[in-house]
Amino acid sequence: MCLAVPGRVVEISPEPDPALRRAKVDFAGVRKDVSLAFTPDVLVGEYVLVHVGFALTVIDEAEARRVFDTLREMGELEELNAAEELP
Amino acid sequence: MKFVDEYNDPAAAARLSAAIGALVRRPWTIMEVCGGQTHTILRSGLEALLPPEVTLVHGPGCPVCVTPVGLIDKAVEIARDPRVMFCSFGDMLRVPGSGASLLEAKAAGADVRIVYSPLDAVALAKAHPERQVVFFAVGFETTAPANAMAVWTAAREGVENFSVLVAHVLVPPAMEAILGSPDCRVNGFLAAGHVCTVMGYREYEPIAAQYKVPIVVTGFEPVDLLEGVYMTVAQLESGRAEVENQYARSVRREGNRPAQACVAEIFEVSRREWRGIGEIPESGLRLTAKYRRFDAEERFAVAGVGGREPEECLAGLVLQGLVKPDACPAFRTRCTPERPLGAPMVSSEGACAAYYRYGRPDLSGARAR
Amino acid sequence: MADLTCPVLAPADDRILLGHGGGGRLTQQLLERLFLPAFANAALEARHDGAVIEAGGARLAFSTDGYVVRPLVFPGGTIGDLAVNGTANDLAMCGARPLWLSAGFILEEGLAIGVLERIVASMRDAAAAAGMTLVTGDTKVVDRGKGDGVFITTAGVGLVEAPSAIGPAAVQPGDSILVSGDLGRHGVTILSVREGLEFEAPIETDCAPVWNAVDALLRAGIEVHCLRDLTRGGLASALCEIASARGLGIRIEDAAVPVGDLVRGACEILGLDPLYVACEGRFAAFVPAAQEEAALRVLSAVPVSSGAVRIGSVTTEHAGTVVARTRIGGSRVVDLFSGEQLPRIC
Repeated sequence: MCLAVPGRVVEISPEPDPALRRAKVDFAGVRKDVSLAFTPDVLVGEYVLVHVGFALTVIDEAEARRVFDTLREMGELEELNAAEELP
Repeated sequence: MKFVDEYNDPAAAARLSAAIGALVRRPWTIMEVCGGQTHTILRSGLEALLPPEVTLVHGPGCPVCVTPVGLIDKAVEIARDPRVMFCSFGDMLRVPGSGASLLEAKAAGADVRIVYSPLDAVALAKAHPERQVVFFAVGFETTAPANAMAVWTAAREGVENFSVLVAHVLVPPAMEAILGSPDCRVNGFLAAGHVCTVMGYREYEPIAAQYKVPIVVTGFEPVDLLEGVYMTVAQLESGRAEVENQYARSVRREGNRPAQACVAEIFEVSRREWRGIGEIPESGLRLTAKYRRFDAEERFAVAGVGGREPEECLAGLVLQGLVKPDACPAFRTRCTPERPLGAPMVSSEGACAAYYRYGRPDLSGARAR
Repeated sequence: MADLTCPVLAPADDRILLGHGGGGRLTQQLLERLFLPAFANAALEARHDGAVIEAGGARLAFSTDGYVVRPLVFPGGTIGDLAVNGTANDLAMCGARPLWLSAGFILEEGLAIGVLERIVASMRDAAAAAGMTLVTGDTKVVDRGKGDGVFITTAGVGLVEAPSAIGPAAVQPGDSILVSGDLGRHGVTILSVREGLEFEAPIETDCAPVWNAVDALLRAGIEVHCLRDLTRGGLASALCEIASARGLGIRIEDAAVPVGDLVRGACEILGLDPLYVACEGRFAAFVPAAQEEAALRVLSAVPVSSGAVRIGSVTTEHAGTVVARTRIGGSRVVDLFSGEQLPRIC
């Protein structure tokens, strides 16, 4: 039961009780109404992971980039090694 | 799609594949415990990018597959009650019980409906006060907060014609059951990223320490899975056994507190039977006393059919990662998605169904290196 | 290994399930076990979208379809123009110019006349656009609760203009496989109405007549081996059926399969695979590899197929099976799904 999809928060309902707060979340142009009960501090423009109609977490963009920073380092290392092996 | 497309990038995948190949020295068996990860691995043909030393096996990561036969039978019996509107996620509908599946009950006239969110079931109950609306609350910890919220909402709004048939299962006890088995061949685990989004990963630390296995919390896209495998192999090759977090963009060590609080209010840990494996202590959830009136099993007092577990069906061995689906003699012959012998062939997340749909040994492509 | 006798009973097979109408494996089984044996003949065995029959020296194509879609009216169309274009396109898939149409209506007691008027108006417009004349029809009414508002069955006749037979039997190893445009708009449009999805930019059905595109291929002298529209069951089902009927393998590139952003996003949320989602104005074409470029040029000049691309080819390997090369360089089998595609939650 793990299909969770990342989407961008476009609009948040003006609801004082966080348990009842909802948001319009955009998934590549498709918009769905989502509960923010578990992500009370999210801001418009941030990305959330949505599962069965609930936002489960705010996606950390810095961490998301880190995967690719690591890969870039790996790539640079490969190039370095390759360069060292040249006659 | 942002946060999806980048993790499907072929160049990134190739780089990780090469890195794993360069790192590995000895054979390792790595288990993932999440139907969603099984699905990605097979749908993307990921194993073609792994060196032959690395074997991926699929654990009991499909909550649909491990729901006991007896509970399916109870669901069908409840659904057949003319007062009932039975709501469920799509995955559950085709799973056979001792007799019919929910889909067959629907064909014979039962009011069975697919919902995408448990709140949809509560809304149906509000809209139809004359009917009894029952929601099949199946899932791992990922879905528990949503299901808890549904019960909480029903309680708060006085929607008394709503009830839940609870079949929740927990991952860490299942991992321990597998690790504690004398047949266990698993060297390392990829922990389910979305379960950990809710629960965090603290509860895996004692498991890693006790059984001396690396556990890497991993996401769901091909690049995530490759990075998770890379991190696991790195630990194995250097003799470490720690919990690491590949899926840090969604997972924090303490998880999602409000979600955990909601689950703790509505549910408590209980014993649970796992289809094909048997009972694992403290591996399920049930409603707390305060919310017990929403329990469908009590409300409908279903005796249920005996719920015979097929003794010789290999589903249990498949779920424990001891047998690959295509090694089962019934696979693709007597057991197909249309005529399933066991749940892993029916559920879209089941290992057998995934192998049937996406895999054939001669087509898995040349292995890396 | 021990012989397995699993005490889990086989599911009852004495009733029709929704899955039998899904276009997947259950539908195939129903055809093979019940319908084909009852009516066995060569035309039916060809198992193409329509039947080609000889009558007094003329080659005619003949096709029929039933329409049971809910909702009756959706963005971009109604059950009416769906019915007209569906039949027109079945005829086009035989290489036949669609000409004559019949329509049988089963109406549910209580249906608003205004709705019926709208449906009929859309049929009139669709027939005109497809170049078809409605020459005969029938109407029945059933009790309230026994129908979904309107069921429509259409049948169509066309004149075959393709010089040689078009169908799975003509497919050759090495043939290029083209798709006339992006997938899944119709299925997602229907589901979006049912599921209450909102779209940033409006999504509409792709329902349209495709004869102009087929006509253009034939006039350009393209040797069209096979055509198949991508309705129920989508691209995946069409390719699986052809691979299986012809006994050859099909290889496609996941990255080449055209899917628009909105369809992709909707499928992600709903847990659906775009390869299996219905289109109502799209087709796959099998042409000799040497004519692939010319065929694509011809298709892109016709509005209904302006998005045409190559997605794969026919091979002698893995006979009867469709294999996709995945984005990350692995491969997987594309199979017929077994019943209704049930949306995943996992």
